Amino acid sequence: MSIRATFQGELNSLKQMILELGNQVLDAVGRSIDALKNQDIDKALKIIEDDGQINLMEEEINDKAILLIAQQSPVAIDLRRVIVAIKISSDLERVGDLAVNIAKSVIRIGSKPHIKPIEEIPRIAELANKMVADSLKAYDDEDVSFAKKVAKLDDEVDEAYGRLTQELLELMTEKPEYIGQITQLSFICRHVERVADHSTNISEHLLYLVKGRRYDLND
Amino acid sequence: MAVSTESIQKNIKGKTTETSIDEKKIVYDTKNLNLWYGEDQALRDINLKIAENEVTAIIGPSGCGKSTYLKTLNRMVELIPVVRTSGEILYRGKNIFDKSYKVEALRTNVGMVFQKPNPFPKSIYDNIAYGPRVHGIRDKKILDEIVEKSLRGAAIWNEVKDRLKENAYGMSGGQQQRLCIARCLAIEPDVILMDEPTSALDPISTLKVEELIQQLKKDYSIIIVTHNMQQAARISDKTAFFLSGEVIEFSETSKMFSNPEKKETEDYITGRFG
Repeated sequence: MSIRATFQGELNSLKQMILELGNQVLDAVGRSIDALKNQDIDKALKIIEDDGQINLMEEEINDKAILLIAQQSPVAIDLRRVIVAIKISSDLERVGDLAVNIAKSVIRIGSKPHIKPIEEIPRIAELANKMVADSLKAYDDEDVSFAKKVAKLDDEVDEAYGRLTQELLELMTEKPEYIGQITQLSFICRHVERVADHSTNISEHLLYLVKGRRYDLND
Repeated sequence: MAVSTESIQKNIKGKTTETSIDEKKIVYDTKNLNLWYGEDQALRDINLKIAENEVTAIIGPSGCGKSTYLKTLNRMVELIPVVRTSGEILYRGKNIFDKSYKVEALRTNVGMVFQKPNPFPKSIYDNIAYGPRVHGIRDKKILDEIVEKSLRGAAIWNEVKDRLKENAYGMSGGQQQRLCIARCLAIEPDVILMDEPTSALDPISTLKVEELIQQLKKDYSIIIVTHNMQQAARISDKTAFFLSGEVIEFSETSKMFSNPEKKETEDYITGRFG
């Protein structure tokens, strides 16, 4: 039996809570993309309703982490595990909020047909969501090189965001009657870009956990 | 997606905050120190530089040699007949093992506080005045000044100023330990060695002694052996981790307890050792 078997068990369960929160958040973003593609207002409303659960899970992770610090006085990698759990849960909670923001835009767009086919927005959203899934996988496996690889995909999302925003801006002048919808689509692009940023943050937290130094993967 | 390693590496900015020990004045410079108890080797090739006006903590499991090392610094270890040493310990540049080095001179400069408070069975006043009297000070006024200054220095003056003539055995354990620190200060040492100074104390007395250590480092260089790793993390500037008679790691305490270099250190401080 390891000397700190109980503490190790608590750290493992903290990690499981993060991964569970991650699954909920990935699901919320996935559903928000579906709601966008299908202009499904009911689905969008459900995402907003379910967000309370995500917020609750983040609070539970924070409470558990604070208790572990108070009870176990963790140091070195143990301390980093606890701190990183707090930070990753905060990023995940924000991603949950972005899913809600996307859902709200879907509701605002309503049933009025999209101004033009919007395949690229869901495609980039799916890429951003996959980045979150992969950064969580890197965290689960403590795989530093995979985390770096995932963060690199952020460039693709950023490039698409810039391009889409420009296209939407041009559409605004061409079809002013669609300005409301175009604004909401621009917001959605912005939310998607932020989802990818949070994935990069998660990768950075994993690097800090393993290496004990801070890295900036955003440059 | 293909990602070039080079571009990733370019994107990574690691930050380090190392400070060199060479920037500080060195009190003790231990060079290739080995020590044997008879046939058993207790210290192996110890190389450590202890800096002035810092708290240096020595941690490690039982039997790792940390107390032996501490007792070597004031040559107390020589009281054990079977002890042999090789290598050198320079105190302020002079090798303390030199034949010409007077052990009394060394111990005047290097005070020691032990695990259990060990006041003399005398009054509080006489406990403090003992050392100065041995050094020939007889003037009552000067002795009064030394006693007050030392007790103030050990943060215990206010608690005992009205009962200086009472026997020190009537004090609490925490007070007795601070009295022993005051007794140590009375001879105005340069270095204070502390061998688990709070392990026999209650938590509040422990915190008082820890606070005192923080204040004392302005005027003294302190080397403390402790079993309490959180204590080392709280009060020391540098930490040395001893294992099986060797120094495994010696670095800034902040680094040691956040991101140690060696796996053995991490296993020990996170409680996974053994």
